[in-house]
Amino acid sequence: MSTLNKPVNQRAWLLVLPVLICVAFSAILPLMTVVNYSVQDIISPDRRVFVGTEWFAAIMRDPELHGALGRQLIFSLAVLAVELPLGILLALAMPAHGWKSSVVLVLVSLSLLIPWNVVGTIWQIFARSDIGLMGAFLQWMGIDYSYTGNAVHAWFTVLLMDVWHWTPLVGLLAYAGLRSIPDAFYQAAAIDSASKFAVFRYIQLPKMRAVLMIAVLLRFMDSFMIYTEPFVLTGGGPGNATTFLSQFLTQKAVGQFDLGPAAAFSLIYFLIILLLCFILYNGMQRVGTQEVAVARD
Amino acid sequence: MTKIKVQKRSIFLLAYLVFAMLPIYWMVNMSFKTNSEILASFTLLPQNFTWGNYQTILTDPSWYSGYINSLIYVGINTVISITVALPAAYAFSRFSFLGDKHLFFWLLTNRMTPPAVFLLPFFQLYTTVGLMDTHLAVALAHLLFNVPLAVWILEGFMNGIPREIDETAAIDGFSFPRFFLTVFLPLIKAGVGVAAFFCFMFSWVELLLARTLTSVNAKPIVATMTRTVSASGMDWATLAAAGVLTTLPGAIVIYFVRNYIAKGFAMGRV
Amino acid sequence: MARIDLDLAHAYKHGPTHDGDFALLPLKMTFEDGGAYALLGPSGCGKTTMLNIMSGLLAPSQGTVHFDGRDVTRTTPQQRNIAQVFQFPVIYDSMTVAENLGFPLRNRRFSKEVIRKRVGDIAEMLELSAILQQKAAGLTVDARQKISLGRGLVRPDVSAVLFDEPLTVIDPLLKWQLRRKLKQIHRELKLTLIYVTHDQVEALTFADQVLVMTRGRSVQLGAPEALFERPSHTFVGHFIGSPGMNFLPVQVDGSGIHLGEMCLAAPPGRVLPHGALKLGIRPEYLGLVAAHTPGAVAMTVSRVHDVGTHILLSVGFAGHALKARLDADAVVNAPGDTVWLQVVSEHSCFYKDEELVP
Repeated sequence: MSTLNKPVNQRAWLLVLPVLICVAFSAILPLMTVVNYSVQDIISPDRRVFVGTEWFAAIMRDPELHGALGRQLIFSLAVLAVELPLGILLALAMPAHGWKSSVVLVLVSLSLLIPWNVVGTIWQIFARSDIGLMGAFLQWMGIDYSYTGNAVHAWFTVLLMDVWHWTPLVGLLAYAGLRSIPDAFYQAAAIDSASKFAVFRYIQLPKMRAVLMIAVLLRFMDSFMIYTEPFVLTGGGPGNATTFLSQFLTQKAVGQFDLGPAAAFSLIYFLIILLLCFILYNGMQRVGTQEVAVARD
Repeated sequence: MTKIKVQKRSIFLLAYLVFAMLPIYWMVNMSFKTNSEILASFTLLPQNFTWGNYQTILTDPSWYSGYINSLIYVGINTVISITVALPAAYAFSRFSFLGDKHLFFWLLTNRMTPPAVFLLPFFQLYTTVGLMDTHLAVALAHLLFNVPLAVWILEGFMNGIPREIDETAAIDGFSFPRFFLTVFLPLIKAGVGVAAFFCFMFSWVELLLARTLTSVNAKPIVATMTRTVSASGMDWATLAAAGVLTTLPGAIVIYFVRNYIAKGFAMGRV
Repeated sequence: MARIDLDLAHAYKHGPTHDGDFALLPLKMTFEDGGAYALLGPSGCGKTTMLNIMSGLLAPSQGTVHFDGRDVTRTTPQQRNIAQVFQFPVIYDSMTVAENLGFPLRNRRFSKEVIRKRVGDIAEMLELSAILQQKAAGLTVDARQKISLGRGLVRPDVSAVLFDEPLTVIDPLLKWQLRRKLKQIHRELKLTLIYVTHDQVEALTFADQVLVMTRGRSVQLGAPEALFERPSHTFVGHFIGSPGMNFLPVQVDGSGIHLGEMCLAAPPGRVLPHGALKLGIRPEYLGLVAAHTPGAVAMTVSRVHDVGTHILLSVGFAGHALKARLDADAVVNAPGDTVWLQVVSEHSCFYKDEELVP
């Protein structure tokens, strides 16, 4: 949000009111419910006992939670480590003008528009050794590949699926940043005999910085919340090898129907995300205001 | 740029496109086979090409109603999201008011909420209100993450329009609604296109809430697809066909907004 | 430093059939080594196209470009060793001012010593020495454009420096200062400078030779005086001068120049072709004279404009409107009065089909 020279007008709240109502309905009410449950032991619909922070303490000690959290962190970091550079390379490779740019844009964005369960299904089929192209190919190469039986293979498949699914988001955002660079910059760089690397480092990367922060924010957060795709692909297995935080929570809430602890964990999950979001967002703001100050000239 | 560099870029792009299309091609390939062929042999192209799977889906109401349901709630959600986001984005873009920065951040955090956290409360809330198993329920639930996103995108685009235009319109005697609808909106067309695209996208692909809040009447296609196991095993062929059909609306939407997206990229924030 | 020879035409689309298809109509031009040239013309006249062809950012669809006799038509800007300054500042925000200025030298692998000295010299010339160690981000627009300019000048072996309307974004006062700076730099460094602009004041004060262009056509290349005194085309007469040249349709035959009902003698020593011609006379030379002076015509005053430094007289004659520029202390006439103005003199130019009759 830019902060230059905006007149103060408290009546602007009226304009924001509709949004507030919608989001309050979708967010605040449920949140209050969750907070409510998190401090109670719901033995049956009519019998509730206030237990204070007991659930929170229990959850923090739960080794299953630690496991899920650890796996989640590794997953999110791995995802970022691959998707960020790959997305940048993709943006650099995508054509800038003409009919080719439209075609490539559509083809590249396709994976973003597939319902997440279909993504899981596609990879389920694709990775099976009996009916899937990749699975059969790996078998043919001599690798005893099984994403249902082998934890390492399962991780590999889940990561590959996420990279396939979400790299275009990073790519499209980086592409947006690149398109905002006027041609004169490239011409001047050519005249100044700048190397390809110098062009990337001094012209392209600074321009992409702001959008890349958005990409990092979105990808890290979304990967932290991932549920559908790994659930459809591996169901969290083998065992709990690919059970990440969201699935862990859903299991607790729906599967085991333990409302109290589930609610407590929900809140902790939510708070972790809020914290991370806050940190990244502030980082973004600092980059953002610098851009604005420059643009003012 | 020397010829060699261009070739490296093209090779990389080609390789990536192959990587992107391969799983999809495989699904399309499967959708034109029968289950028996799938299980019996492994072929790169269907040996007995059949439209049967598509026929099943397009004629079986339990299948195609899923598509219709999905389209309905996604449409409702997109319309509501954009409609409420427009004035709010305008407020954030043009004015400073008490708590504005905090409000903006809070909105963003809703985008970051794991739907799993709200699963149960939503379930109970909508049951209480009597909106269970309706399109409206899913549309409203999806507002949670789509409205902040729409506000964020639109605000970025609105920042790119100089305030002089607002002021000129005021001087020319335009009332605010008229100015907004006839002057301002056309200027941010690209932004509305981009925002609508993302709202459509995130609502169309969401599974958890859509499945939890519906059972029969408003069951979306994403839920229907998770129940294709029968006595004879997994119905891969129909599943593949369903998958292809589910991808189509997305492809169509992006084809139509591709110019907006490209222009929107050049203009403002995504 | 190089001499640039152009012998080309350029059309952006394939298979140009008529004049309108060409961005640059066929031309043959030489820009001497060390000269300061301005490409002057209204928007769309092709001056930026010509500049880009000279710098190598664009290859002409027909013809050649030679630098010091070498054919460079298909070479890149780097290979031609030229520098170009664009309309808006091209600055690398993540670097300091000194690093920005030294960028072209670093890319070409000059030694650190040479770079430091050269950057220092140029910074001093452009009065940027004080901010050399500051980050380039957050500077004012004119500082940024000066840095852009500096980057263009910093290479000691540059063959030519091309400017594409570089002062458009600058305040008028600073514009004037920068123009003087550029002229100074030209005298000191003796570079070939080519400057594109649509502002005639800029062109006429900066350049030794001005090329006037319109709609793809290079109309006249000459010193500012020549363009003023003897515009070779009516367009140049129109475009240069404020206000532009006055034009009157005349008929010339054996008895003299027929202007409306008047018949005037041709200027001494000049032989004019017979037929329909246009007479051009600049407002500055349309002087007030006594009645019935040879070559003078009686006209009716329609408006008197006292601008302070001079008086602008709008007159009418036989349905034609003309403007005369008189000294501030000239006798002021009132609208409706009849005045006699010197139409035919040694300053008059005659045009047949828009081209100057020698």
